[in-house]
This record gives sequence, C-alpha cells and structure tokens, in this order.
Amino acid sequence: MTQVTMTVNGKPVTGEVEGRTLLSDYLREDLRLTGTHIGCDTSQCGACVVHVDGKAVKSCTMFAAEAEGAEVTTIEGMGTADGGLTVIQQAFQDHHGLQCGFCTPGMVMTAAALLEETPKPTEAEIRDHLEGNICRCTGYHNIVKAIMAASGQDVSAVAAE
Amino acid sequence: MPKDHGVGASSARREDIRFLTGGGKYTDDIVLQGQTHAVFVRSQVANGVIRSIDTTEAAAMPGVLAVFTGADFVDVGGNPAGWQINSRDGEPMKEPKRPVLAHGKVRHVGDAYAAVVAETEEQARDAAEAIVAEIDEEPAVVDMGQALEDGSPLVHDEIGTNQCFDWGWIEDNRAATDAAIKNAPHVTTLELVNNRLVPNAMEPRASMADYDPGTGDYTLYTTSQNPHLTRLLISAFVLGIPENKLKVVAPDVGGGFGSKIYHYGEEALVLAAAKRIGRPVRWTASRSESFLSDAHGRDHVTRIELACDTDGTFLAFRTETMANVGAYLSNFSTATPTFLHGTLMAGNYAVPNVYVNVRAVFTNTAPVDAYRGAGRPEATYSLERVIDMAARELGIDPLEIRRRNFVKPDQFPFTSAAGLEYDTGDYGALVDKLEEMIDRDGFEARRRDSAARGKLRGLGVNTYIEACGIAPSNLVGVLGARVGLYDAATVRVNATGNIAVMVGAHSHGQGHETAFPQVVADMLGVDENSIEIVHGDTSKIPFGMGTYGSRSLAVCGSAVVRATDKIINKGKKIAAHMLEASEADIEFTDGQFSVAGTDKSVGFGDVALKAYIPHDFPLEEVEPGLEETAFYDPANFTYPSGAYACEVEVDPETGKVTIERFAAADDFGNVINPMIVTGQVHGGLAQGIGQALLEQTTYDADGQLISASYMDYAMPRADDVPFYSVDHSCQTPCTHNPLGVKGCGEAGAIGSPPSVVNAVIDALHAGGHAHVTHIDMPLTPARVWSAINT
Repeated sequence: MTQVTMTVNGKPVTGEVEGRTLLSDYLREDLRLTGTHIGCDTSQCGACVVHVDGKAVKSCTMFAAEAEGAEVTTIEGMGTADGGLTVIQQAFQDHHGLQCGFCTPGMVMTAAALLEETPKPTEAEIRDHLEGNICRCTGYHNIVKAIMAASGQDVSAVAAE
Repeated sequence: MPKDHGVGASSARREDIRFLTGGGKYTDDIVLQGQTHAVFVRSQVANGVIRSIDTTEAAAMPGVLAVFTGADFVDVGGNPAGWQINSRDGEPMKEPKRPVLAHGKVRHVGDAYAAVVAETEEQARDAAEAIVAEIDEEPAVVDMGQALEDGSPLVHDEIGTNQCFDWGWIEDNRAATDAAIKNAPHVTTLELVNNRLVPNAMEPRASMADYDPGTGDYTLYTTSQNPHLTRLLISAFVLGIPENKLKVVAPDVGGGFGSKIYHYGEEALVLAAAKRIGRPVRWTASRSESFLSDAHGRDHVTRIELACDTDGTFLAFRTETMANVGAYLSNFSTATPTFLHGTLMAGNYAVPNVYVNVRAVFTNTAPVDAYRGAGRPEATYSLERVIDMAARELGIDPLEIRRRNFVKPDQFPFTSAAGLEYDTGDYGALVDKLEEMIDRDGFEARRRDSAARGKLRGLGVNTYIEACGIAPSNLVGVLGARVGLYDAATVRVNATGNIAVMVGAHSHGQGHETAFPQVVADMLGVDENSIEIVHGDTSKIPFGMGTYGSRSLAVCGSAVVRATDKIINKGKKIAAHMLEASEADIEFTDGQFSVAGTDKSVGFGDVALKAYIPHDFPLEEVEPGLEETAFYDPANFTYPSGAYACEVEVDPETGKVTIERFAAADDFGNVINPMIVTGQVHGGLAQGIGQALLEQTTYDADGQLISASYMDYAMPRADDVPFYSVDHSCQTPCTHNPLGVKGCGEAGAIGSPPSVVNAVIDALHAGGHAHVTHIDMPLTPARVWSAINT
C-alpha cells in the first residue's frame, strides 16, 4: 500500500492505495465521489473524466498514486459557490443535453475543459472534442447544442426544442 | 405560444439536477454495511464440456468467502422464455434450460460457470483466476445457416437440433401470397442481413443483494428496466423466493435499450450468495463482460420478395428469415423475431398479401433479444429496402411508390394483411411534412456541389409503422405470451396536498419524473412541482411490467390517468360532504370542486386535508384517506408512424459515408413534453445511424467475440452524426388510450437504417455505380469501396 495525498474539490485528502488502484476507483470507492462513472475498461467512454491540475483526464487512465500532490476536480466540485448549477450544467438542462445521466459527468467535465481553452468553439470543434466521450442516449444533438449555448453562441437556428 | 406547464409544455427535467451534479444514485454507487464482492468466471471457449472445476486453491485465498459453480444451482429453476412460440407444424418451440451458472457444458464465450465472493473485488478477481476448470473444447457453430445443416455441432445436445422453431405468419395467407408472387408482373427480391448489435447502455449491468436472516427478507438492487418482472422471474421460476420476501430495487439506471429488461443469472447468484455468507454481495460488470454477456440485438438473415403491378401497386410481401437467438433463450427472445416483427410486415401499406416465415436458430453466441425497436427495425428495414429497390427497377419516385400504396386516412381502423388493426394514422401527411423539411428542390444543387468536390451525394427515404404500447394482454396471451402486459399506478395525495405517484414504469433516461407529473397536474389543477414520481422499487409500487416497447406513457401513463380519475371521484364524495350537496352535483375544474349552478366550491388542497382529518365523515359512505390504484390493460397496440429522409455524401475514393442531413417526421399522437420526445427521437436516430454505418458484432468461426470492446465495436460518436431535423406536428391521436398517445422511444432506431442505406445506394447510382443494388449494414468504408470496385 502507498500513501497518497491530493486535493479533491478544494479539500485535502490522504489515503492508502494499492499500486494498481486507479484514480477513478479511488475517487469512487475510497472518497465515495460516485459522480465519476466507469463505463468501460479501455479508456474509451469518457464517463470518468475529471480535471487534474486543470486538465481534463480520464481518471481510469491514471493510478491514484500518480495524482500525488495534484488538484483534482470531479463533477461534485463543479457547482457554483451557492450550490447552484454552473453555466455549462444549466445549459445541459435547458437544452436537454442528458437523458440517463450516466455519461453526463464526463460530458460536463470535458465541455468545461474545452470552453476553458476554446471559448467559442464551432460545431465541428465541439464534435471533434467529444471524440472521447460516448453517449448512447442523446444522439449528441442536444449535447453539442448545450455546449454552444454555454459558450454564449446563439443556438436558435439549431433545430427546435 | 408553446405551453409553459402541463401537457404539451417542454418542462425542464427535474431529474437533471442530480445527474448534473454527481448526485445520481446508480446501483454501483450503493454501499451496504459489510458488503462483499462477486466476480464471475466465464467461458473462454464457445462450446465445451466441463469435465471438472477445481476451486480448492481459490477458496483458500485471502479474503475469499464463498465459491460457486453450476453444481450449486442444479436444484433451482431456469431462467425462462416469456413467450411460447409454436412452429408451423404445431410443435412447441424447443426450450432448453438456462441455468444460473453453466453446468456440464458451456455454450458461448462469456457463459459464466463459476463465481467467487470475497471481501474486496481485487481479492475476488485474484481468486477467480485461481479456479482451474478442465473444459474440453468442442466445435462451435456461429453461422445460422450452418447451424441448421445436418451434422452441425449442437448447442444443446438434448434437443437434437439447433432450430428453436419454424414459425409462419399468417399461415392462412400463405397460399394466396405464394400465388400473388407467382402471378405478379414484377417481383423484386432482396437478400439482406440485419446486423447483430450490442445495446451498450453506458452503465454496465450491476447487482447487489442483501439478506436479512432475522426476517428472511431479500433485497436486490439491480440495473433493471422492470424490477417487478425481475422479481416475478426470480420468485416464480428461478430461486422460488416468495415475492413478499424479495424486494427488487432499480435505482437510477444508466440506459437500457432493451438489454436491462431481462433477468440474468448474476442477479440470482448474488441473492443466493448473500444468503449463504450472511452479508451483502455486490457485482458490477466490466464493459468486456457486458459485451460477452448482455443480450445482443437484431441478427437476422432475410430473403424478402415484393410483388407489384407495373404501376407499383403492391400485391404481396413474402419473407423468409433466420433469427439468431444465441445459446439460450432470453426472456423476450422468442417474441422479438415473431410477433414484434412478422406482424409489422405489411408496413404502412394496404397490401393484400403478406406471409412471413421465421426460423429461430441456436448458435454458440451470447443470447439475442429485444434491442431498441425489437423486431420492428428488422421489419422496417426489410420492407423499406425492397420497396426502394422496386421503385428503382420500375422507375417510380421512391416517395411516390409509397404514397400509392399507403393505407389512406379514411381506411382507419385498418386491419393489415399481417393481422394488426391500426387505429389511426395519416401517412401521406407525414410524407408531405417530410418534403417540407428536406428542401428536396434544392437537392440537385447540393448534389452538384458534392460532385464538384469529388463526392457522391444521395438521398434516401423511407416510412415506418411500429406497434407500441406493449401490450394488450388478451391479444398477446393468444399469441403465446406467458405474462400480461398491463401496467399499474398508485396516486397518493398526502394530507397537505402534495402527491406521490407510484408507477410500474421505470425511467432510465426517458424523463418520467418530469413528464408524468405534467399529466397529473393538468388533471388535478395543481402545480406539477408538487407531484413526485416514485419508480423502481417493488416494495413501494403496486405492480408494473416496466419500460420497453415504447409503453411507459401509453400503458403506465394510462394507469396514472385512471388512478387520478379515481382520486377525482373520491374527492367529489368528500367535497359533496363538505359542501352539503349531492355527489352527483359536484363538478371538478381547475383544482376546484364546486356545486353545479352555485358559487359554492372547495379547493383540491382542502379536500385532501379533509380526507385525512375526517372528524365528521359519514364513514359508512366515505373512507378516510385519498389514495387510489389503477391497473390499465390496453385494448390494442399503439401505432406510431413516420417518414424519414437521409442525405449522405460518399467519398468514392475511400468508401466513407458521411451523414449530411437527417430529417424525421413522426406521428406519436398527442405529445406530453415535446422536448423529451425530440430527445428520444435524436437518440434513436443515432442508434439507427450506428447500425447502418458503424456497429457490427463479430464472432469468428470458433465463436470468439472479436468486437468485445469500444476499441473494436464502433459506437457512434459526436462527429459521426449531424444535427437532426425532427418534427412531430402530424398527430393522429391513439383512439383507445385516455391520453391519445402512441409512444416515441424506439421510433428513431426503427425508422432510420433504411434511409441511410437507401441514400448510399442512391449516391452510388447517381455516381455511375448502378451495379450496386445493395450493401449489407454496417456500410463501412471497406464495404462501400468494395461494392463500388467490384
């Protein structure tokens, strides 16, 4: 077992992990931050995306021990200070960008990282950026639309409802 | 103006808040005190005789609490098929036992034959690897045609054949259909494959069982679309735990698409293990396990003939299909290729003759069962591909040939040649709407633009009809269903006026928590936010058959309406007492009970409070409380229909197909929440486009699943699909349910694959590759390129 210390959603945490423990499992099982989801075992689906030192990372691609000293943000750390939804989260609700909710945390974390780097992404840039996040419910239409709306772009021309 | 609340409003989904903040509670998120972990040992060969399983070393490993093999379950029942199909000769289908764990033989790669329960998942996995099984591999059979040949390896030796049944529909139409085809001036014949798919809900299956030795009560948390059905199967068939000692909870479920309708052996294993070790037992599938062990979908090989006059009038459809059921019969597997497929083989058309033959075939592959659309996508694809081919052969516009043959609006209710009675529809109006949506006049200019860039542009269209609102129990009973397919709801009005509605439907993305309150709020004249939907817990809900077959609103929603009607009637009794009037004189409008012709009235909230504080009730006439239950069994299926169009660009150099535009005009009858309905269509379209262009489940000749991960199985990604154009303004309400709704959950997946393929064929013809009349799905670049270059 290895001792690991990191900051998760602004709070310092310390724990004992096996060398083989993935960051995703550490977050879910040890810290009980179950908003980070595991949808595959090949780092393809993106349901486990979190931010590590400000970058979007699939938390199943890192060992927990590799996050030693890192600043980690999960979906549980994404709300506004008063407990409300951020602009991105609100846009997902407004534009029906989620259905079963399982891929949603990863989508939100990925979208947040995209808008950090590219404040006004085109539709093509958004679709390209979502390459590593699979959604089986929405057909992506409303996710792309929500991200465009969250970036302040007019989405009224994108098909209705 | 769009409505801002109640029926017809795009109310924002209340469930979104928890999903957007990490607050969803899925099965794998649940923690129980003292929980342990199960890991399954799965066959690595497709067909093998289990000579021995040595668990000695595994059982002695650190943290191991119990080891199970098939021998532990020989005395319990099998997981049954829910539908009895008889062959054309009257023989009942072959129905081999499906055990909790494989015993004696393994029959597909991924067939679980042992399980380990340990303190941690890692310990369980380590111990699972230490189990030594001596399994003699035998030749496997994967191909359905080979499986039906004499001398084929048998999946189940004891039944002596790989044919489960050989079904004909409708047998009395067979001779007339044969004659119509024999005598027709034009017959178009098409052989096609409806490719095998893996449903791939993003949440893998998971189960956690708890057993209370003090009371003998079991609790099963599981990823289910229908917890009551799971309970029924475990209770009545598999473990024999009485329903009143087994609570099944399906909490938040991360998508289902059919794959979570069924009871699976892992659920029975964790229940049995929880009792044996006296602690909760948890299991969550890896994605690899999901690929190997979830029920797959589709997998038909079909030969279809369309006989028509030279003017394109349809005279007959005749279909011969082989349907793969895999190694065991999953719960709905026998209904899907028969009564959800054969009965739809008249499509939207007033064709006089239809005959369908389906042979279901056992193979050494994972079980195949209902996947979004379930039988109806297969029917639609066969029909709409052969119609397109016929239109091309006869030189008739593809929309025009369909219009000529539609059931006309004044013909409803219409009994189709495949035996269903369509209640309402206006297929011509859907095509009119579609033509408005797709700017057909501008297509030639877009085609020229594509050509200027070296690309081939094609336009493909199709229509569809589906049978949803599954299902009228009396009808499906005649057809072989072993269950009724009604649904149930309880409306509980609490003393302070807030309302809990317990529903048998389960929401795993469909937005019931938002849409059902819209219905109740309108009926009771209360704020929809005062209404809470309770679903997914057999201990809280009267009963239910769950969510599949686009049935939740049409069937369970109707039960909600009936229960709410009862609430209003009870409220009238209470109001009559409060207002000192006759019950017959009480009217209820906009949340107020009033005495007809007077200004005397009392609000719903006051009546609710009175129901729970019955100090002066005439107790002989009115019971205290305000809670009502209704079971609703539909009189017929519902019949959503639609007209779809796809525009593609094909790169002739690489064979790559790009979806440029997709338009869907659907008739769902009345619509409760347009935003949710549109989202359902979007998701179905992506799955249909995935089937048409990307997704292929591939077993090699030895039965190894070589598409068992997201690295090998092409799921649709954001850049594989366009923004869709979706419309559901054509509405012919269902005539036999109180909401006039038809169901929307599967339409996109049913209606879209033929449009995509038709569009690619159109593109290739326009590009001078007229020799290409058909390409089997998925239309990968390799397949399209090969078709062009042969």
